[in-house]
Amino acid sequence: MNVGVVGAGDVGSAVVELAEAYGHAVTGFADSRSAVVDADGIDVASALSTKRTEGTVGSGDPEAVLDAEYDVLVEATPTTLGDAEPGFSHVRTALERDRHVVLANKGPIAERYGDVRELEAESAGSVRFEATVGGAIPVISTIEGFGTSRVDSLHGVLNGTANFVLSRMSAEGLDYEHVLAEAQDLGVAEADPTFDVDGTDTALKGVIVANLLFDGEYSIEDASVDGIQALPGTLLELAREDGQTIRLLAEVRNGSVRVSPRLVPVESPVAPTGTHNAVQLDIENAGQMNLSGRGAGGVETASAVLTDIGRLSGKQTKR
Amino acid sequence: MSEADSTVQSYTLRLELVDEPGELLRSLQPIAEKGGNLLSIFHERGNVTPRGYIPVVVDVEATPDRFEKIVDALSRTNVNVIQAGTERYSQELTVLLSGHLINTDFSNTLSRIQETRSATVTDISISAPQGSTEISSARIRMATQSGSKNEVLAAIREVAEEKDLRLVEPLVTGGHA
Repeated sequence: MNVGVVGAGDVGSAVVELAEAYGHAVTGFADSRSAVVDADGIDVASALSTKRTEGTVGSGDPEAVLDAEYDVLVEATPTTLGDAEPGFSHVRTALERDRHVVLANKGPIAERYGDVRELEAESAGSVRFEATVGGAIPVISTIEGFGTSRVDSLHGVLNGTANFVLSRMSAEGLDYEHVLAEAQDLGVAEADPTFDVDGTDTALKGVIVANLLFDGEYSIEDASVDGIQALPGTLLELAREDGQTIRLLAEVRNGSVRVSPRLVPVESPVAPTGTHNAVQLDIENAGQMNLSGRGAGGVETASAVLTDIGRLSGKQTKR
Repeated sequence: MSEADSTVQSYTLRLELVDEPGELLRSLQPIAEKGGNLLSIFHERGNVTPRGYIPVVVDVEATPDRFEKIVDALSRTNVNVIQAGTERYSQELTVLLSGHLINTDFSNTLSRIQETRSATVTDISISAPQGSTEISSARIRMATQSGSKNEVLAAIREVAEEKDLRLVEPLVTGGHA
């Protein structure tokens, strides 16, 4: 497959770097300021090295990649709330050209699910978004595999930064501020970790799952969200004395999405340590199903993107 | 007193005791003092609960109002009443609270939970590292009647919101909470 990639952060760059190993050619690559396009495949090494040294991927207009020759457009620009732009317009352009779209950006599928599905219905292309929930973990394809109507609920940890903070606080008896600063030093938390610790990122993932399970047009406005900011260390201590711990959980059940710090047994399958994610699905006839693994990281998330591209290449475009 | 209240009936009490000498005797005293007739005691020494308590099953004969007094007296001691007669406090529920617990009348907070009549507080642990006027945290363990967890949690949520306390709820899975 020929792949166009919009977004040159950790995920977009890793997709470009790994595409060849998965049997695909990158025909276009853009960051917010520049682009490189070549119908025969771009020079990946050169584009990535220019990104590192100059901060741009090439000399072209970033919009050029949208009109380039590709079978699949990978949308890996940063997640935005509300109108989900510019990601949503990228999705629209590709679908209107009857091309497939693979999203790593949560915005379009969390905030404008109905609009995306409408565009998809009109297009010969399909939309996939495995990478938006749980990084490398196949949450979306597991749900689709069993059938969205047979999955009753999902709950679990979907944000590695918040999980790192809570598990360190619990293991070391350290304060929230201390552990958060440490996470930033380690690069586990971003300079502005607001969306990770206030539950927004987890909620977006919960909303995406709700859109699948309940076939609805959920957005972040429909989620009840409570974060872990300034959680007192004494709470984790009291939990530990009782053989329990606290995790920031997403709960998608009975048509609702809820994100909140919750008390769970230490040995619970939804109490991973460090930056890992873990979810439990309740599936008709199959029972409880646990999935866990790496929920973030450029290469890990790129692996989910490339798996989606693989699924799309298994079926011909409808055109 | 109604007629029914003077009829002696037999009741089963399920208790959890701290694993310390004298605890069994201490737990039986209120039964004798409040006019209950002890029928049998089953002390499951080999079967310690995850938190290190020892389960005890006591069969007792008493009038309904005397039995109520026995349960009240037991609840005031260190004894966890898991089941009293037909009132089955079978499900355990633990929550964490933090905030100005002491300044917002902690005993009132606990009474409000008990008022749901579906929960009985069985264990409390408070951590106030900076003294009682600063932020403190508490772990509250309750025995709830089966099927009433959501009702009890709703009541706790209401108290927490009113008193501006941070509540950490347990994960309650399954449709039969």
